Amino acid sequence: MKSLEELLAIKAKMQDKVAVRTSSGDIRVVVGMATCGIAAGARPVLNAFVEAVSKEELGDRVTVTQTGCIGICQYEPVVEVYEKDKEKVTYVNMTAERVKDVVEKHIKGGKPVTEYTIGAAKL
Amino acid sequence: MIRSHVLICGGTGCTSSHSHEVINKLAEELKSKGLEDEIKIVQTGCFGLCALGPVMIIYPEGTFYSCVTVDDVPEIVDEHLIKGRIVQRLVYNDTGDKEPLDKSVPVSLSETGFYKKQHRVALRNCGVINPESIDEYIAMDGYFALAKVLKEMTPDDVIKCISDSGLRGRGGGGFPTGRKWSFAKASAGDKKYVVCNADEGDPGAFMDRSVLEGDPHSIIEAMAIAGYAIGADEGFVYVRAEYPIAVKRLSIAIEQAREYGLLGKNIFGSDFSFELHIRLGAGAFVCGEETALMTSIEGNRGEPRPRPPFPAVKGLFGKPTVENNVETFANIPQIILQGPEWFASMGTATSKGTKVFALGGKIKHTGLVEIPMGTTLREIIEDIGGGIPDGKKFKAAQTGGPSGGCIPASLIDTEVDYDNLVAIGCMMGSGGLIVMDEDTCMVDMAKFFLEFTVDESCGKCTPCRIGTRRLLELLNKITDGNGTLEDIDRLEELCNYIRQNSLCGLGQTAPNPVLATLKFFREEYIAHVVDKKCPAGVCKNLLTYVIDQDKCIGCGKCAKNCPADTIFKTDYVAPGHKLASYTIDPAKCVKCGACLSGCKFGAISKQ
Repeated sequence: MKSLEELLAIKAKMQDKVAVRTSSGDIRVVVGMATCGIAAGARPVLNAFVEAVSKEELGDRVTVTQTGCIGICQYEPVVEVYEKDKEKVTYVNMTAERVKDVVEKHIKGGKPVTEYTIGAAKL
Repeated sequence: MIRSHVLICGGTGCTSSHSHEVINKLAEELKSKGLEDEIKIVQTGCFGLCALGPVMIIYPEGTFYSCVTVDDVPEIVDEHLIKGRIVQRLVYNDTGDKEPLDKSVPVSLSETGFYKKQHRVALRNCGVINPESIDEYIAMDGYFALAKVLKEMTPDDVIKCISDSGLRGRGGGGFPTGRKWSFAKASAGDKKYVVCNADEGDPGAFMDRSVLEGDPHSIIEAMAIAGYAIGADEGFVYVRAEYPIAVKRLSIAIEQAREYGLLGKNIFGSDFSFELHIRLGAGAFVCGEETALMTSIEGNRGEPRPRPPFPAVKGLFGKPTVENNVETFANIPQIILQGPEWFASMGTATSKGTKVFALGGKIKHTGLVEIPMGTTLREIIEDIGGGIPDGKKFKAAQTGGPSGGCIPASLIDTEVDYDNLVAIGCMMGSGGLIVMDEDTCMVDMAKFFLEFTVDESCGKCTPCRIGTRRLLELLNKITDGNGTLEDIDRLEELCNYIRQNSLCGLGQTAPNPVLATLKFFREEYIAHVVDKKCPAGVCKNLLTYVIDQDKCIGCGKCAKNCPADTIFKTDYVAPGHKLASYTIDPAKCVKCGACLSGCKFGAISKQ
C-alpha cells in the first residue's frame, strides 16, 4: 500500500458489498416473495431492484428486501415502496422492465409511477 | 448480484455450539436451490450473545436468529431467503421489557435488551465483518487511522491524541496509555518494540479472544500506530495457544496486511516500517504479567522480573517496549479517527470510553457486552444480562478474576469504573464479571480463586509461592469445619503480607478474593467457624442431609439412589402415610445430594 488513494479505492469497491449490512435506508423496497409471487416472476423483479440500486449507487439510501404474501395473489409480483413520512406505494404486476421505470422515476425522481400502482390496476 | 447477507458467528462460543455445521449446511442448501449468486454467507466474529448461540443475522432485514441448529437451516432458506417470511420461532426479540413482545413485530438488534444499553467501540466490527477479509475491514474505515497518523501526524501528535482521550489500560491495571507511550518514546534506543498482551488468563474472561477472532486487523493497525508513535519497527502478539481460532485469524490477517503493504517496509510511502510476529503462550497465568510475558517471548521460562527498570525503559530483549492489552489496542484506531474529544465524551471523570465485560455465572444472558464506563452494576446485570435465572436473589458480582474482589448486592448501584471499583476494594481487571446468587458460598468462592493462584504461582518469590499455599490451607481448614476465629485474623494478616511483599502483580493481587469476601461477607466466615455451618449450603463437610420423618412417604427412592448405602428404613410411620419413613446415617453420608435431587416429596433438606 503506497498511498491513501489505494486504500480509498478498496473502500469504495467494498462499500457496495457491505452496505447491505449497514444502511438503514430512508426508502424500503419490499418485494412479495411468497409462492404466488415467485410463481409470477418475483425473483427477477427482486434481482432487478438489487442490481439497479447497486448500479445507481443508491445503497446508502435504499434497502431492498422481501416479504411474504400480502393477499392479492392475482396481481403478483407485488412491490411496495416505503418512504419516510410518505404514503406507502404499492406496485402490481411488476416486471424487470418496469423496475427500471420505478427506480428512475420514483426512487430517484421522487414521483411514483402511477400506471403501475394498485390504484391503476382497478381491483 | 448479492441481495442478502447471512452473517453467522464463527467465534469460539458459537463454534462450540456447532455454528460450522450450520454454515456448511447453509452453503449446501443455497447451492441446491441455486441461490449462491444471490445470497452471501459471512462468517463473523463474536456477537456477544454466546448463551444463545449459534446466532445468525440476515440482512437487509436485520433479522436476528438465535439457537439455530442444522435442522433449522432448510426452513430458513425456504421461508426467509426464498419467500421473505421470517421464521418467527427462531427470532430473538427480548427487549427486556416486562410485556413480552408480539413475535411478529420485528425488533432490530440494537433494540433488544441485551444490546440496547451497549455501546460498541472495541467490539464495533465483531459480528459485523468477516474477520478473514481485509477488504471488509477497510470498508469499515480500517487502516484509515494508520494512514492518517503517517500522513498528517507526528509521533508526538499521536501520543497527545491518545493522552487527551483519557484511555487507560484495559488489561487490569488501568495505567494511562498515552503516558506509557510517552515514556517509551522518551527512552533512547536504536531498537524498540510494541507488544500486544493477548494472554488472557482470568477464568471466565474472553474479550481479548473475541476481538482477535472478530476484528484482528484492528490490533495490527493499532500496533503499527503505536510503533510509529514510540519509534518501534517490530511488534509481537503474545497469544495463548488455547485460542486456535484467534491465532488462525490473526495469522491470516497479518498475511493479508503484508500483501497489501500495510505491514512491512515504507508503509503508505512513508519512512515508517513495521513488522509483526505472533508468539504462542503455553497458558501460564503468570505470563499475562507484562515482565513475565516478555521473558517468555525471549524464549525463557515465563517468570516476572523486578521493576524498575520498567518495560518502557528496558523491556523486551532489554529494549524500550510498549506493552498493551488487546482491548486497549482495539480502541486506538477509533480514537485516531474520531478524535480524543469523542472518546473522552464517554465514561466518567477519570475513566473514559467503554469497557468490555465477559458476563458469566448465574445470569440469563452469558456473553460479551461493551458498555460506557460508569454504567451501574444493576444495569449490567438486570437490563443487559437479563437478571438472575430461576428467580434467585443476586448476592455478589466477582470482577477481576483471581486478582479481583467482589461487589456485594448492597453496592449494586455502584457506577462501574476504575476508581469506584478500587474504592470498594475491588478492581476492574480484564473484565470478567461473574455473577453469583444466593446459592454461592463466598468462602468457597475465595477458595476457588486461591486454588487457581496456587496452581499458577510461578514460584519465583516466596510470599506468593508459600504464602498463597498457606492461605489456601487456612481456607480449607475453615470450610472443613475446623477453623477458629484466630484463623480469620491469621488469614487477614497473611493476605496483607503477601500483598505487600510479592514480586509481581500475580502475588500482589492473589489475596484480593479473600480480603474482599472478608470485608463484605465476614459473617459467612464466622458462620463456618463458630456455628460450623455453610449458610449457602455448599461446603460439604459442614452439611448434613436430613429426612423429615413426617413428610417422607416411605417410597424408598432415596435409599435406592444412595451410592453409599447410608439410607435405611425406620419403624416410624408418619400420620396419614402407609409406609415407614427413611432416615440417613450422618456418619456414613458422603453428601453427594443424590437423595435430595431424587425426592419428589420435598422430604429431604440439607442443613
